Amino acid sequence: MVEIIIAAGIKVIFVLAAVLTGCAYATYMERKVVGHLQHRIGPSYAGPYGLLQPIADAVKLMFKEDIVPDKVERATFALAPLVSFIPALLTFAVVPFGKDNTVFGYDVKMVLSDLNIGILFVFAITSLGVYGIVLAGWSSGSKYSLMGGIRSSAQMISYEVSYGLSIIGVLLIANTLSLRELVEQQASDSIWFFSNWFIFKQPLGCLLYVTCAIAETNRLPFDLPEAESELVAGYHTEYSSMRFAMFFIGEYANMIAVSAVGATLFCGGWQGPFVNEIPFIGIFWLALKVFVFMFVYIWLRGTLPRFRYDQLMNFGWKVLLPLALLNTMVTGLFVVMGWF
Amino acid sequence: MAEPGIVFWILAVVTVASAVMVVTLKNIFHCALALILCLFSVAGIYILLNAEFLAAAQVLIYVGAVAILMIFAIMLTSNLASKAIRQSNEQVMVGTVVSVLFCGGMLALIYLTDKAIVSEETGVAFWRQVRGTLPADNVASLGGYLMTKFMLPFEVVSVLLLAAMIGAIVLARKEKA
Amino acid sequence: MTEYLAVLIFIFAGIGIVLFTFLLSRLLRPINPYHEKNINYECAENPIGTSWVKFNNRFYIFALIFVIFDVEVVFLFPWAVVFGQLGLYALVEMVIFIGILFFGIFYAWRKGALKWV
Repeated sequence: MVEIIIAAGIKVIFVLAAVLTGCAYATYMERKVVGHLQHRIGPSYAGPYGLLQPIADAVKLMFKEDIVPDKVERATFALAPLVSFIPALLTFAVVPFGKDNTVFGYDVKMVLSDLNIGILFVFAITSLGVYGIVLAGWSSGSKYSLMGGIRSSAQMISYEVSYGLSIIGVLLIANTLSLRELVEQQASDSIWFFSNWFIFKQPLGCLLYVTCAIAETNRLPFDLPEAESELVAGYHTEYSSMRFAMFFIGEYANMIAVSAVGATLFCGGWQGPFVNEIPFIGIFWLALKVFVFMFVYIWLRGTLPRFRYDQLMNFGWKVLLPLALLNTMVTGLFVVMGWF
Repeated sequence: MAEPGIVFWILAVVTVASAVMVVTLKNIFHCALALILCLFSVAGIYILLNAEFLAAAQVLIYVGAVAILMIFAIMLTSNLASKAIRQSNEQVMVGTVVSVLFCGGMLALIYLTDKAIVSEETGVAFWRQVRGTLPADNVASLGGYLMTKFMLPFEVVSVLLLAAMIGAIVLARKEKA
Repeated sequence: MTEYLAVLIFIFAGIGIVLFTFLLSRLLRPINPYHEKNINYECAENPIGTSWVKFNNRFYIFALIFVIFDVEVVFLFPWAVVFGQLGLYALVEMVIFIGILFFGIFYAWRKGALKWV
C-alpha cells in the first residue's frame, strides 16, 4: 500500500512539474509565435530570446495587489479560480506518456492512473470546466462578468456534445475506453511508423475534435467569453494578482490537455520511432505532438477573426453536431463492412 | 482493506451534509452549489462500488449537464439569484409527512429486498448479498446487455428523450409568446 | 481502486499547489484597499444598478437540448466498446436510436429553436 502511494506520489510530482512548466512555456510560445506571425519578435528582453519571460510574469503576478471588489461574493469568488484550474489539471491523470518501463527494479506504468474508463473520465472532467467560469461570472457582481460567464457556459455546453461524439469514431475502431490500450493499438513496427494512427481512419473525427476542443477551451476564433472589446475579459474582469493567474494557467493547462488527448487519440500518443529501443523517448514524442497541436492552436489564433455569437451557436448545433453524428454512423458502417 | 471504509464514511457524511445544505441555505445559488457537491460525492460512492461507468455518467449528466441547467435557470431568473429566500412555506407539515413516508418506504424496500430476492436460476441477489466477481471491464458488459437483453428499453429511452426535447421546445416557445 | 487513489492524490497535490502560490503571493504582495479601488468595473463610471441584467431565455433552451444530447452521448460510449463483438446488429440499433433523436433535432431546427436571435 505504502509503495503504491509513493509510486503515485512520484508520478504526481513529475506530471505536475511537467504540466506547470508546459503552461509557463505555452504562454511564451504563444507570444513568440503570434509575434512572428504579426512581424514582431515577441518577448526578447528577459533572458536569451526572452526565455525567462514566463518567470518574470510569474514573479510580477506574485507581487501584484489582490483587489477584491466590495460587491463580490467572497467565498465563491475565491473558489472559482481553483475550480477552473483543477479540472484542467485532472485530464493529465489519464494521459499515458510512455512505454511501460522498469525503473530500479520496479515495473512502472507510464501513466498516472490507467483507468478502464479513461476517455470517459476525460469527457466527464471536461464537462466540469464550465463551473470555474460560471462561479467566477456569478460571484464577481459585475455585468460583464455575468454576461461573459453565461455566454461562455452556453458555448461550452453547445460544443461539448460534438466533442464527445467526435471521440466515438475512434472508440468504434478500437473498442476500448482505456487510453493506454488506445495508444498500443496505434503502434507500428514498419518504417511508416505513423501508418496505424487513427487520424488516417478518422480524418473528419480529428477535425471535429480539434474544432470542438478549441471551442471548449474558449480560444480564438471561439473566444467570445473573453471578447475583450465587448466584455472586457468576460468572467475574469474583476480578478487580479494570483487569482487571475490561476484562470490564465488553467486556460493554458486546458489547451495542453486537449492537445495531449488529441495526440493520444489520433496521432499515436507516445508512439514513434525507437520507442522500443530507447526508454523514456515516448515522453519526447508525446511532447512533440502536443507542441504541433499547440502550434496549430496559436496559428489559428493569429489568423482567424472572432465569430459572432449567433454564428458560433449556429455552427455548433447545425454544422458540427450533424457532422459528428454522421461521422459516427459512417465509421460504424465501415467497421461492420471490415474496411478498417 | 480498511481504506474504502474510511473513504465511504467521508463521502457519506459529505453527501448527507450537502443534501441538508441544499434545503437549508438561504441563497438559491448556494443551494445549487451544495447540490453539485452532493451529486459529486454520490459519484465517489459509485467508484467505491466499482461502478465506474455509472460514476462517469453521474458526473457527466448530473454535475455537468443537469446542474448547469439549474444554474442557468437561476441566473436567467432575475432578482432571484442574489436574494435570500425562505426555504419553507405554509405546506411544511404536508412536506414533512410525505418525506417521512417516502423515507420509510425506501428503508422498507431496502430491508425487504435485502432479505428476500435471490433469483433461483442464477443465484443473483440484490443489495449487499451479491456474490461472485465483477467482470473486469464492466463498461463492455453494460454495453452488451444494453444492446442485447435490454434492447427494447434502450430504444424506448430515445423516444423518451425525443418527447423531452419536443416538450422543452414547445414550452419554451409558449413562454415567449 | 488504486488507480483512483492516484487521481485523488493528484487532486490534492493540485489544490496544494494552488493554495501554496496563493499563500506565497499573500506574503509578498501589498495590501492597500480603499473604496474607489474596490468599485466594480464599469467603463470607468460608477456602476449603475445591479449586475442582474435580463438574459435571453434562449440560453435555457440550448441548455435543455444539451442535456438531452449529453444523455445520448453517454449511451454511445458503452455501445462503442462492444461494437466489435456485436457488429451490424449494434449498428442497426444505434441507427434507430440516433434516428429518433435526429428527428428531435430536425424538429428543433424547423421550429427555430436552434436559431439564435
